[in-house]
Amino acid sequence: MKPLSRIRDPRYFQIAVLTTLLAFGIGILDFGIHWQNAVAILLTAQATQFIGTRLAGLPRFDPMSALITSLSLTLLLRTDLVVLACAAAVIAIGSKFVIRVKGKHVFNPANVALVTLMLLSDHAWVSSGQWGSAAIGAFGLTCLGYLVLTRARRAETTIAFLGFYAALLFGRALWLGDPMSIPVHQLQNGALLIFAFFMISDPKTTPNAALGRIVFAAVVAAIAFIIQFSYYQPNGPILALILSAPLVPAIDALLQGTHYRWEKPDARGSTHLKGVKT
Amino acid sequence: MKIFVTALTALVTVMITTTAQAFCGFYVAKADTSLFNRASQVVLVRDDDRTVITMANDFEGNVEDFAVVIPVPTMIEREQINVGDRAVIQHLDAYTSPRLVEYHDGNPCHRYELDERMRSDANLPAAAMQLKRSAKSQGVTIEASYTVGEYDILILSAAQSDGLIRWLNDNGYKIPRGAKRVVDSYLGQDMRFFVAKVNVQERSKLGYQYLRPLQVAYESNKFMLPIRLGTLNAKGKQELYIYALTRTGRVETTNYRTVKLPTDVEVPAFVEGEFGDFYRDMFARQTEKENGRAVFLEYAWDMAWCDPCAADPLSQKELRQLGVFWLGKNDRPARDTLQPQAQNVFVTRLHVRYDAEHFPEDLMFQETGDRQNYQGRYVIRHPWKGEAGCDLTQYDASVRERQEREAQLLANLTGWDIGDIREKIPFAGGIRPETGKEPWWKRLWN
Repeated sequence: MKPLSRIRDPRYFQIAVLTTLLAFGIGILDFGIHWQNAVAILLTAQATQFIGTRLAGLPRFDPMSALITSLSLTLLLRTDLVVLACAAAVIAIGSKFVIRVKGKHVFNPANVALVTLMLLSDHAWVSSGQWGSAAIGAFGLTCLGYLVLTRARRAETTIAFLGFYAALLFGRALWLGDPMSIPVHQLQNGALLIFAFFMISDPKTTPNAALGRIVFAAVVAAIAFIIQFSYYQPNGPILALILSAPLVPAIDALLQGTHYRWEKPDARGSTHLKGVKT
Repeated sequence: MKIFVTALTALVTVMITTTAQAFCGFYVAKADTSLFNRASQVVLVRDDDRTVITMANDFEGNVEDFAVVIPVPTMIEREQINVGDRAVIQHLDAYTSPRLVEYHDGNPCHRYELDERMRSDANLPAAAMQLKRSAKSQGVTIEASYTVGEYDILILSAAQSDGLIRWLNDNGYKIPRGAKRVVDSYLGQDMRFFVAKVNVQERSKLGYQYLRPLQVAYESNKFMLPIRLGTLNAKGKQELYIYALTRTGRVETTNYRTVKLPTDVEVPAFVEGEFGDFYRDMFARQTEKENGRAVFLEYAWDMAWCDPCAADPLSQKELRQLGVFWLGKNDRPARDTLQPQAQNVFVTRLHVRYDAEHFPEDLMFQETGDRQNYQGRYVIRHPWKGEAGCDLTQYDASVRERQEREAQLLANLTGWDIGDIREKIPFAGGIRPETGKEPWWKRLWN
């Protein structure tokens, strides 16, 4: 077995952290995840990945990213219909193969599935308040641990998003004359942390250049803030990410950077890779 | 099955006398009497952006000297304000109350045989709200003032941020400390206020002995309940019941945890006489377990039915009175409403005990697609008391085991002393279960 420091693919750590969160959510917080949905998402995602791999003619089947998408979906998606859980997995994984620009998929898989289902059905929703602030401390530490273990590779998206979003929340409180306990409470949100650490951080769907990623994070934070506090809709960050995703190809065109490869997270080199890697 | 249902409403009164003071608005007093709003009940009817809110409060005291200030998410007009019927909220409370269910063991020597009976009870906090009307007030734009039922309603402009506070000051009202800050914050969020004061003449003309609930209908994308003002003139924590009536499914808070209260728990028979205490202590302990930061789900059900029913479901007429605007007008005469036909209405009852420290932000809600039924249901199982006609040694042992399990569960749920609980349980066969071997640490933290 490799020592932790030798594991280069950060997805192993993502899977470990997401599985821990899921176990904690189901076992201790009891926040309404049906195990049937979890199984349905897991199996459908792998099946879709397998079919997509064959149809796209990829050299080998890689279950890792689909597993991460499944875990994120299981953590965030609430539905009373198993068929919607399956649909979520198909939309998420299918979007990676279908919606592509210059060899790179446009939408974060879990994000596009959540938004599509929430828009199309009354039976799908995200329970953003269900983590409670007591769990947030442990949760935040776990996420930070993840950053340390992966040596914060491409972590600027997460850090920039949280920084900009927190600045907007504190700015709003100052402007309204509210006590600071309000923005602090707003940041103590499990769904927000899952979003910041495991969704917007996705190196496959964020700009290739570091500056591009910071600009992108700022745009997502601003749109999320507007959705949450001007339109008073929940799930601002999740909606903001899908609205901002089409900007990524444009930012990539302006700012040169390296297309991310999971197996070689430190790699530098050409912007374009041959073949399709999901 | 022999079932006995006692609705929890009587204990609501118990809670009020011990905890007290809540409202989503705040009261301002002219006289220096203690004017605290007590346990509040709010009915939120919501579909898309349309909202009808009914606010009931059991205010007791001299109504002539005070006004209530209520924030609303949008500008409102006269036709959007109505005075509701307190009885409908009482009915809704009774229908959704946590319930105690009683079963009697059948003759252990015969086949298990049960029959069913139910009883319901309702006794509920009332409503209160007031307002002051003033012809002019320096520097304050009064956008409109009306008399609605026994209330004088005054809608204040947000043109000047301190208009409301100054108007209240000018009219001799005492304002809770910190009110200006919260009012300014709400104005910054484009919220408006109205002030309600009892019109003494109208009230005596109408002849109501209590204050009827105020209702407001508005269209806004804010699905929320402003609670920050309510913490200002309160002593300690406040009690708030929210009944959400929606078309699709259960309502939950998006910025606080919504937690289901423990339910379907078997409790010892003596709890029947102490159901109020049981429920109050259980609620307090669950709140503590969630660090005082959770909103509790007490009931979630399709309004078309119930099982067991603490009270009949609300009729279409009652639901429309509460503002369920998507229901038709095909009212049936009262005699035909024995089988209420309410459809397409899902009720969620939330209970929150809050203060500014644990609930710094207003309650934000979302409607989910979850239509799974949930109710707070507590079960008493009485052992067989009659002539059995066979050896009961085995039956008694199983009953004792059950009684001991119930005692431990009860201690765990309420924090009551397990020894005191055991004292009150008539163990089967008169033999107390062996508890001497209990490890010393078992009761260390309970």
